Amino acid sequence: MSGGLTTGGVAHAPSRTVRTVILGLIGVIFAVPIVAMVEFTLRAGLVGGYNVDRWVALFQSGFTGVYRPVLIALGNSVALAVGTVTIVLLLLVPTMLLVHIRFPQLRRTLEFICILPITIPAIVLVVGLAPVYAIVARLLGSGVWTLAFAYGITVLPFAYRAIQSNLDGVDVKTLTEAARTLGAGWGSVLLRILVPNLRRGILAGAFIAVAVVLGEFTIASLLNRVNLQTALVVVSKVDPYTAVILSLLALAFAFVLLLLIGRLGAPRTRTPRRRTTVKGPA
Amino acid sequence: MISSQPTAQTRPGTVVEFTGVVKEYAGMRALDGFDLTLHAGEFVALLGPSGSGKTTALRVLAGLESTDAGTITIDGVDVSALSTSKRDMGMVFQSYSLFPHLSAGENVEFGLRMRKIKPAERRRRAQDSLAMVGLNDHFDRFAHQLSGGQQQRVALARALVTEPRVLLLDEPLSALDAKVRVQLREEIRRIQTDLGITTLFVTHDQDEALAVADRVAVMRAGNVEQVGTPEELYSRPATPFIADFVGLSNRINGTVRNSHVDVYGTSLPLIDPSAPDGPVRVSIRPEDIEFAPEGLAATVVASHFLGSLRRTMVRLGDGSLVSVQHGVRVHPITGETVFLTFSGVPVSTEPASVAGGVPKLA
Repeated sequence: MSGGLTTGGVAHAPSRTVRTVILGLIGVIFAVPIVAMVEFTLRAGLVGGYNVDRWVALFQSGFTGVYRPVLIALGNSVALAVGTVTIVLLLLVPTMLLVHIRFPQLRRTLEFICILPITIPAIVLVVGLAPVYAIVARLLGSGVWTLAFAYGITVLPFAYRAIQSNLDGVDVKTLTEAARTLGAGWGSVLLRILVPNLRRGILAGAFIAVAVVLGEFTIASLLNRVNLQTALVVVSKVDPYTAVILSLLALAFAFVLLLLIGRLGAPRTRTPRRRTTVKGPA
Repeated sequence: MISSQPTAQTRPGTVVEFTGVVKEYAGMRALDGFDLTLHAGEFVALLGPSGSGKTTALRVLAGLESTDAGTITIDGVDVSALSTSKRDMGMVFQSYSLFPHLSAGENVEFGLRMRKIKPAERRRRAQDSLAMVGLNDHFDRFAHQLSGGQQQRVALARALVTEPRVLLLDEPLSALDAKVRVQLREEIRRIQTDLGITTLFVTHDQDEALAVADRVAVMRAGNVEQVGTPEELYSRPATPFIADFVGLSNRINGTVRNSHVDVYGTSLPLIDPSAPDGPVRVSIRPEDIEFAPEGLAATVVASHFLGSLRRTMVRLGDGSLVSVQHGVRVHPITGETVFLTFSGVPVSTEPASVAGGVPKLA
């Protein structure tokens, strides 16, 4: 993705056939639940047979009435995803770079702290977060967006690994030192050298953060906030068929969102530049 | 310590002076009162085994490491408190350091961009700089499309395009294969001479240091052990460590008597005539020992053909091994008895009790 970290083909890459089979198998495994969901929404009552009545009814209603909260909840989740990604970009990335370049002896500690949330069940996390959020609510109000702080913690392990693997593959220290001897201050080093070379890892970290936030249920539910997943659960109690349709739509939405982020973050396309003839002393 | 006279004082350039520089890492002294002066336009090589502090010396000059004591001045101005980005140095690193997301040309332009030079001038200067290292056709190539030698050339162009006061070379050739290494070192020397830029070149390869530098500073344990022209270091090593590290040397038992050293019945002059009388270890170069019709008897152990010369290992009567360098037409046979004479050039010595922790002859 980013310019030229690869040095050629992998020595023992599997053959084309093997790759197709592996990809096909994984595709099937992922497709089974989705196909099953689609099949479920198309069922025409208990007598058997299929129709698209429920899909038509949902779209004709214009997502009003009982479904309206789901749309609002979707908005909440997207806002939370943006907030979480912001935390990852503004807090985690600079911290990791600082530790990597200036305080390598802290690396193990940082890794431990970042991996820790994955070992703590969401329920336990909430028990700890509840009193914290009592204070947060007093200071910042009880807006849904405050959940981004909690999500910033839950996505740490995933974002950390994604960024760290990129960090390991780039000689950050030498590149930084080279840029500094060429007169670059720390800001230029970060924006012109490090971010472009770590784009892959940072993007992957952001992807995972978005995916985790859109799928999060436990913390939102236990802290009485509404997000996409809690809204879907509410709907499913009234109308399980429509809940599955909405889940499918949410899935498609997340897919498109990730695709968009990927597009935005892709390196600018490079066309081989024409060399201009230089005027002046030869 | 033997110090040489400045060799390049009339040329324009920058004077760099280290005075009593100390740098500690976790209690280990990487630099222990390091003194060195680089005269204007001079090419100085820092030579030493790994861990001798040569890279640390270069890094404190670049500002990539802080110092614990001492001063570093550039043209008489103390730069100790100046950050790397403001020191105006060009540096080429041991590992490939081109920015992978930028083309070769953009890499060279980077330093100019940081100095807010206008795009047109930036481009012209970058192209001139690439032309200087013979890569004018590679402006749009990325690092992964260049060979190791080409990458280091681009790195050199990048370091020089801003017309820095000092050029720092941190073992820039050690990742390259032998032929490219020799080619590039000649080219670095040519460019350095053309530009007259004061240059500090760190290397662990004595051939490299002797071939290109005006002066070589040999480092040991955070200090300069001897600094001088390549010829001085080779022919008048101040200590057996230098004799051993610069070129090859035999270590032979001898006895100092009246400012001469007696080696197996031959009296040889001393480089340092003030050495006290008593048993010593004498450093004698393989080319300063010759085969002769009569003299010190020895048995041939092995003989190696090295292209333009031949080096033969012989065993003396007391069991010690000595290496002799001679023409390829003489072809000693293993087990044969030969006779040695010493050519009588001044030698360096150290007290016999000192255990040699230095590299021995292969």
